[in-house]
Amino acid sequence: MSTPLEDLFVKVRTENRAALIAYIPAGFPSKDGCAKVIQTLVASGVDAIEIGFPYSDPVMDGPTIQEAAEISLKAGTSATDVFAALKVASDAGVASVIMTYWNPIERYGVENFAAAVASHGGSGVITPDLPIEESAPWLSSASRNAINPIFVVAPSTSDARLAQVSAKTGGFVYAASVMGVTGSRSDVSINAHELVSRLRVVTSLPVCVGLGVSTREQAKEVAGYADGIIVGSAFIRLLLNAKSEESGLIAISALAKDLANGVREGR
Amino acid sequence: MSVDELPGRFGQYGGRFVPEALIGALNELEAAHISAQGDSAFLAELARLHRTYTGRPSIITEVPRFGEYAGGARIILKREDLNHTGSHKINNVLGQALLTKRMGKKRIIAETGAGQHGVAAATAASLLGLECVVYMGQEDTRRQSLNVARMKLLGAQVIPVVSGSQTLKDAINEAMRDWVTNVADTHYLLGTVAGPHPFPTMVRDFQKIIGIEAREQVLELTGKLPDAVLACIGGGSNAIGIFHAFIPDSKVRLIGFEAGGDGVETGRHAATITGGSPGVLHGTRSYVLQDENGQTIESHSISAGLDYPGVGPEHAYLHDIGRAEYRAINDDQAMNAFSLLCKTEGIIPAIESAHALAGAMIVGNELGPDATLLVNLSGRGDKDVQTAAQYFGIPL
Ligand SMILES: Cc1ncc(COP(=O)(O)O)c(C=O)c1O
Repeated sequence: MSTPLEDLFVKVRTENRAALIAYIPAGFPSKDGCAKVIQTLVASGVDAIEIGFPYSDPVMDGPTIQEAAEISLKAGTSATDVFAALKVASDAGVASVIMTYWNPIERYGVENFAAAVASHGGSGVITPDLPIEESAPWLSSASRNAINPIFVVAPSTSDARLAQVSAKTGGFVYAASVMGVTGSRSDVSINAHELVSRLRVVTSLPVCVGLGVSTREQAKEVAGYADGIIVGSAFIRLLLNAKSEESGLIAISALAKDLANGVREGR
Repeated sequence: MSVDELPGRFGQYGGRFVPEALIGALNELEAAHISAQGDSAFLAELARLHRTYTGRPSIITEVPRFGEYAGGARIILKREDLNHTGSHKINNVLGQALLTKRMGKKRIIAETGAGQHGVAAATAASLLGLECVVYMGQEDTRRQSLNVARMKLLGAQVIPVVSGSQTLKDAINEAMRDWVTNVADTHYLLGTVAGPHPFPTMVRDFQKIIGIEAREQVLELTGKLPDAVLACIGGGSNAIGIFHAFIPDSKVRLIGFEAGGDGVETGRHAATITGGSPGVLHGTRSYVLQDENGQTIESHSISAGLDYPGVGPEHAYLHDIGRAEYRAINDDQAMNAFSLLCKTEGIIPAIESAHALAGAMIVGNELGPDATLLVNLSGRGDKDVQTAAQYFGIPL
């Protein structure tokens, strides 16, 4: 049986467009606020939701996501809250995945974590600091629970390694557009296009581009060559800057609609 | 295993838990280290620097007056405090700085807690003409302001880290973010035997000279091997450095002393093996201070250099197989030993090293006057004068 995430990419291919994936840390801006954010994003045209598991030592994240994670952790966000947020997203009718550093999975128990993702309607997990060499136990648990193990590749990843990583990936390959941490950038580097082209040679899996995408123009550009775009920091920045929860939701709704147009304009 | 790969694990510990962006750089580093270890010109250059710059071999010093407080045991100190820049950190830094040049990189970044590693890194950068950026938790820049000034005098840029607990672990986070971004021209000169493979193995290879020298020196002085070898544990580099040559000597006990802070039972400590559990932090699997969700718990110690919620994976392994023992020494015990060494032997130790001295007092009392204990005096206490003065109520 296919996951909702796999179904999504079949659908966007027939619609000849890219998918719009939004990242939000569980428990941010608050426990209830997170559920409202997810529902707002889905109502505004987001195709899939990535729930971040806030972590104390987020070495791959820039200042924006660090700040959001810190707010969430101070409010006491736990694994239970992460799975609850995942369920809010899947109940809203979109594909949902978790993005987490490895230690929270190991601490929860690898098999238990995969089972909990599946039982909350999740399609898979993005594991940005789990290289394939360390992934054997995770891959068997993901497979047993029929969820997609999603790996991240970088512009510095060699062609040979892109093939090895893709071979272990399910759902889509996450292409990090730049060498660096998460955060909005004024332009998505040409590295992204080149990386996606190199991936096309070694895999037929969908490829989504993350890191730095924040505007309709960028969404349109990336949709020209990728199967999906992943936007995180841009939404979070709007929520951090908002005067009230209400105005934050209005702002992210407007951006999501913009980006949803962008992913339909690229081809 | 092929010759261009080192074993990346110590039992279930070690490995590599890093973003894909760093895999290439770690492979490159591993290859450079292996080729350098087989290159007599590289080894000769490192040996020359050890001899003419660091001041190696460091001497050993017997401390009988201090020994009276350690059950009358024979206490021998390995004097890493006498190295240029004041600690064992220079051993690793010179090795990695030479490797940086070998890889054709021009910039090094480093994390520092006490500032000793940062000072050593800044020193090597100055010596070898490399650009140097040191990340240091804001809290630590306050505790160790003298070392901040030293790094700046040496030409390094010191970046205070304001995220998280503003200590060593956050400095490592920030250094890793820099590395992911600038990996093409930058080497991350990690200061201890933690982090992703090959760091734990490579840093140990650069520090094992401590134990190789000390084993010979003690044999020459006493005619036999010591009963136990003692060292303090932050990330574990000075300890693995002095332990390593003794690992095959199964009769020699290896004892590491972690920072017990206010006491392990209070939860305010940095005793990772004693009070933590297996997990992944900063790219390696080892013992970690963590909560039930896998979030790192902030560590506490009077010693900035031991104030780290992780520990090198080889120590986790040596602990689990029973080859080494790990115990906690709290702040007060360490400061008592600090003061005793000052007053009985005229040596002001680093507060980090004072944890090993406090350990010697305990183990000496357990084993009695027939025992010989080799203690790694990993650094000198100049940088700690302010902290110690505050602790003992000496007006500044
Ligand atoms: C003098 C001294 N000893 C020990 C340490 C702890 O590090 P490690 O456990 O890696 O030797 C430090 C760290 O800054 C130090 O400065």
